Amino acid sequence: MYNQTEIIKDTSELGADGELVINMGPQHPATHGVLHLVVTLNGETIKKIEPHLGYIHRSIEKMCESLTYRQFIYVTSRMDYLSSHINNLGCALLVEKGMQIEVPDRAKYVRVILSELTRIASHELWLGAMAMDLGAFTPFFYAFREREMITDIMEDTCGARLTMNYIVPGGLMYDLHPDFQKKVKAFITQFKSKVTEYEDLVTNNVIFQSRTKGVGILSAEDAISYGCTGPVARASGVSCDIRKIYPYEVYDKVEFDEVLETAGDSFARYMVRVKEMNQSIRIIEQLIDNIPEGDFVGKTKNVLKLPKGEFYTRVETARGEFGVYVVSEGGTTPHRIKFRSPGFSNLSVLNHISVGSKIGDLMASMGTLDLVIPDIDR
Amino acid sequence: MTNEEIKEYITTLAPAATFDETGEWLNILVTAEELKPLMLALRNGKMQMNYLFCLTCVDFKTHLTMVYHLSATTHRQSIVIKANLNREQPVVETICDIWRTAEFLEREVFEMFGVHFSNHPDLRKLILEDDFKGYPLRKDFEDPINMIKL
Repeated sequence: MYNQTEIIKDTSELGADGELVINMGPQHPATHGVLHLVVTLNGETIKKIEPHLGYIHRSIEKMCESLTYRQFIYVTSRMDYLSSHINNLGCALLVEKGMQIEVPDRAKYVRVILSELTRIASHELWLGAMAMDLGAFTPFFYAFREREMITDIMEDTCGARLTMNYIVPGGLMYDLHPDFQKKVKAFITQFKSKVTEYEDLVTNNVIFQSRTKGVGILSAEDAISYGCTGPVARASGVSCDIRKIYPYEVYDKVEFDEVLETAGDSFARYMVRVKEMNQSIRIIEQLIDNIPEGDFVGKTKNVLKLPKGEFYTRVETARGEFGVYVVSEGGTTPHRIKFRSPGFSNLSVLNHISVGSKIGDLMASMGTLDLVIPDIDR
Repeated sequence: MTNEEIKEYITTLAPAATFDETGEWLNILVTAEELKPLMLALRNGKMQMNYLFCLTCVDFKTHLTMVYHLSATTHRQSIVIKANLNREQPVVETICDIWRTAEFLEREVFEMFGVHFSNHPDLRKLILEDDFKGYPLRKDFEDPINMIKL
């Protein structure tokens, strides 16, 4: 038996021989996907982390080059599968911007409500999985209880629970389910009565706090330099909410706060996401009773052709800024399409925030970055 | 800053730059040699462009174009910097010492388009396997086994 101080003592005097290289993944319970990290250790101290990507690379950008502007949207649901509505929305906005398609108000309201429901579902899944990585199994069931209600709403409305394809250029694919408003309201009531349970179970938990506070600290300058967005950057005090800076759809009509924390550690990233769920509920509450009647899809041509030129749109997914860059030659398919995925930039900061900490803390730093691997590999 | 002011400012930094205002943002086309000094000046000079939100490459069949989308967290103005490279030996100076996010993005462009970034600290394949032949996102890339064209 070693005593604990002996195991974790810094063995830097051993030089290169004291280094230990560990392959974390591609199959690892805490990466929630196929992410391969090559971790170089010195004792228990992390010296370097090298991500090896591509285990789920499908070359979506190349695939989109041979798909029409109606077809390519469906592929984007398979990138960040937890924010599929928001990915679809970003692509639909791009086509609408390029062709100047008018979107009816009804569609705009529903799109925002669905985006916020998606955001809550994504954060719920993250919360459960993250707590599970840190050894607390119960929050997983609590989080999935509420998430299940959202997936049921999605199933009624869009016909799918995970990779929804409901938002199309011009509006929505079909009208809302008659029970939509009733079910969303039931979800809001349920969520509000249960959200305090997360606080009791996770936020105020001494073990959780001591494992996340001061772990994986990211400064505001580094967050900007590494291109971090979403809750990761906002936990470092960087104001980067696309919904506030470049409002799209009806985000300029609703009241909500951009959640900012200043600590920049794993706990701050956790707090941002929990508080964001409450803000999403606030947005849905303002919109759910005011969905205007009328058309759910605007008038579009059968064949969509973007004019020659370059287009860029950005939306705020659950993980950060999702950008779509299209170079069009005037045809029915894009000449080049680039998805600026938030997870890719957030992953690049992992080495920076983990070097010098212990390997046990890697779970907390990596978990709070909220990496979705298909979004990174594309 | 208005577009006219930016154009004036850029012309002092890179005299050969050409401008295109047809899109949403101001597009600035510079030569590959001028790119690095211009980027340094944009980051540290009076524009303080501290946020590189998109870095990619486009294959126009006759040449490759590097596209850099820059913005700032203070004034939120976005500009697009472009540089044309020849297809046979595309070489451009790395910018990952200015914006750290460029390190991974350049590695992705390196494997997908074959653009060589000089002075990059760790220019290896990121997504594709090490022995992969060819540059998949180039227009003339054909893969007989994994067909992705319809």
